[in-house]
Amino acid sequence: MFVPAQRKTESRLARTPHLAWLAPLALTVLAGCASRNDLYVLLPGKDGKTGALIIESDGQKQTLDKPYAAARVKNVGSVDGFKSSEAEVKQDFGPALAAQPKRPVSFYLYFETDTDEFVPESRALVNQIFAEIARRPAPEVVIIGHTDRVGTPQHNDALSLRRAERCRDELIKLGIPKVRISVAGRGSREPEVRTASQVSEPRNRRVEISVR
Amino acid sequence: MRSALIALTLPMILAFGVAVAAAQEAGQIKTSKGAAQVERAGRKLPAKVGQVVQQGDVVVTGADGSVGITFRDNSLISIGPDSVLAIDRFAFDSTTHQGAFDSSLKQGTLAVVSGKLAKQSPEAMKVKTPAAILGVRGTEFLVRTGPAKD
Repeated sequence: MFVPAQRKTESRLARTPHLAWLAPLALTVLAGCASRNDLYVLLPGKDGKTGALIIESDGQKQTLDKPYAAARVKNVGSVDGFKSSEAEVKQDFGPALAAQPKRPVSFYLYFETDTDEFVPESRALVNQIFAEIARRPAPEVVIIGHTDRVGTPQHNDALSLRRAERCRDELIKLGIPKVRISVAGRGSREPEVRTASQVSEPRNRRVEISVR
Repeated sequence: MRSALIALTLPMILAFGVAVAAAQEAGQIKTSKGAAQVERAGRKLPAKVGQVVQQGDVVVTGADGSVGITFRDNSLISIGPDSVLAIDRFAFDSTTHQGAFDSSLKQGTLAVVSGKLAKQSPEAMKVKTPAAILGVRGTEFLVRTGPAKD
């Protein structure tokens, strides 16, 4: 059991009512003092793209949109921008960064025409996907099947689900618990490559396996 | 006529409410160190790896604690020691990628990698602290909040 740090501050304040006569003096001193220790930092994205963060404190706004762009809020309503660095960030946020979960990854497997049989290169990937799932804590696997546009929508809905279930069954055989896997079939609705109806397209005969 | 309409729609609203309640899982804890708990409706659950996190939960860490959560939209959120994080709202449609994700860091440190919600719509993800409200336009950022040290 532990007591959050906030409570300590509250009890310290509660113990000082006899100092109330000091309040006017304290206010003049405090006007130049910080009441908060807030820090906001935008990081460079792992995918090479840096997004943006908009900080608003009591009407004051600041947009961070460069790697390591940062802002301090020492008092509500005052946002002071500065540039942080990788080293500073490690010092200020080390444990929170170390606790980040592994990033989700996606794999794509491809199928022979109108079947739930893998093409040979995809067959070889199944063990690799299993290994990635097995090394994650509390893994969750989402499998979504797709088809090309040959055949009726009803046929393709069923085929896409069969492909997803085939992947699930292969992973269960290797030892992934069924409850960790969810499957869905999207038919030909979400092609990787756009084609006219009734066009055979190997890149659309696929299953996406997302692991997180 | 009007009462007939209410009589018809009320059970529909109730049924919808139940459906929403069934899909309550917002995310799962993937990393956990030291003292860490999930507070849910007055109960304290150990923040173990695999523990489900829901809308309304408050995740609390002690002086040696840290927790990392992966949400259903692939947002990654982790907190460091002496931190309090409330999951105020989480809604995610896995087909359209629409929904809302509001959380508040009451104190401590937070690392965020935004997911499909923030990618789909720039207004979907918000993080609050006692001093500020953050609009998230992707992707990775850090937050520390707390009273000034004396």
